[in-house]
Amino acid sequence: MYTVADLKKGLKITLDGDPYLVVAFDFVKPGKGQALYRTKMRNMINGTLLDRTYRSGETFDSANLEERQMEYLYKEGTHYTFMDQATYEQVVMEEATLGDAKNFLLENLKVDVMLFGEKPIGVSLPNFVNLRVSETEQWAKGDTSGNDSKPATVETGYVLRVPPFIEAGELIVIDTRNGEYSTRVKG
Amino acid sequence: MYRDALWLRAHIVRAIRSFFWDRGFLEVETPLLIPANAPEEYINPISALPWQLQTSPELCMKRLICRGHKQLFQISHCWRAEERGVSHLSEFTMLEWYRADSDYLALMKDCEDLLRHVAATCLVESPVFSYKANKIDPFSPWLKISVQEAFLKFSNTCVWDCLNRGVYEDILTEIVEPKLASFSVPIFLTDYPAELAALSRLKPGQTELAERFELYLGGLELANGFSELNDPAEQRLRFETANRLRIRDSRCPLPLPERFLSELGAMPPSAGIAMGVDRLVMLAAGKDAIDGVVAFTPEQL
Repeated sequence: MYTVADLKKGLKITLDGDPYLVVAFDFVKPGKGQALYRTKMRNMINGTLLDRTYRSGETFDSANLEERQMEYLYKEGTHYTFMDQATYEQVVMEEATLGDAKNFLLENLKVDVMLFGEKPIGVSLPNFVNLRVSETEQWAKGDTSGNDSKPATVETGYVLRVPPFIEAGELIVIDTRNGEYSTRVKG
Repeated sequence: MYRDALWLRAHIVRAIRSFFWDRGFLEVETPLLIPANAPEEYINPISALPWQLQTSPELCMKRLICRGHKQLFQISHCWRAEERGVSHLSEFTMLEWYRADSDYLALMKDCEDLLRHVAATCLVESPVFSYKANKIDPFSPWLKISVQEAFLKFSNTCVWDCLNRGVYEDILTEIVEPKLASFSVPIFLTDYPAELAALSRLKPGQTELAERFELYLGGLELANGFSELNDPAEQRLRFETANRLRIRDSRCPLPLPERFLSELGAMPPSAGIAMGVDRLVMLAAGKDAIDGVVAFTPEQL
């Protein structure tokens, strides 16, 4: 149970049965008046934003969230299946729920699946993943056009900008926090 | 002109001191650790058992007025539990000044003179205050509007109706204060409903109003002043009412400041005001957050 004094950016609470993440918070208190706690919250399931103002004395339930390490198994249509390797329990997530994470999911990747009760609502990826370039233009040596990057497609189908010297078939490191090329895996 | 906000802050504090010294005010230091603050419905002291940190130096300063001092000022730290926001710190710096044989109108004049003095001495190149991209010129004529007029004009609501429906703070902060932000000069909200006057005198002949005002610059509340209530019986009733409302809201009632109540009858008609020093520095430095004008925030400790 939380009180208004616990409100801050990043707090996760349950509201009307859904988990919400507090994304903005302000405390206002007119002279001699009572304090108002203004929040903007994001529904962690469907992403909608909500503005709510609370007063002292109000309380909230914490969001019953659990992160469990699971392995990504396979995708069928827009359904992605993950398995808890300790219990062999499987959960299925919709592509829309995964958001950008789907760009970096390679079979057997270990991720943290966020569960709200029994329901999977998102995954946290490792900060860096290695993915093989499946397609990119050849670098014309001596190219002086000044382009310092070119598009490349990796094995998950994700397209990003890479330096011109990267070739198809190479393994590269991608920062999953911003989706950008980080470095090349040598050897 | 200043290397950082702390330099500007130091110059402002010096300007405040010289302003009051030049006008014959006595600078005082009253204890920060006290047995009882004035019980108010929505102000929570921080306890330092068995006493409390002051939420304002108000009671001790009024007791000095009771002893015969005529003009006092003090710059001191105050503490209010659970107050932290863009313009709130739980520990903050307050300027308070008191005038015996005077009323709230004289304090409004002091505010004008003080802010002009601060702007002229500390903001030499561009003597204007700013907040959230609004410029506020203290040298143009200041505005004054009653709380009821402001509610009627800006939000089309009656302040007493808002109080009864429990939405006074919502209308004030969401509709009225943003409208006050559009004025390019300082503005006084005056004549608060008597319900919002914990320690102020009611207006003679209009007892639904208190002789209380708040000063706003760019929509930011900077100071709260009033003609002092000096009737101990009435003051005790108001403290007891505040405690009843605290109990209703499941908050602890607060001890009554008995020494203050026993001396209050000796206080001549007086007026006193509290101004947030951190906020004044925010306005002078053009900072939108109080974090930008203090040496350390609690989160940095």
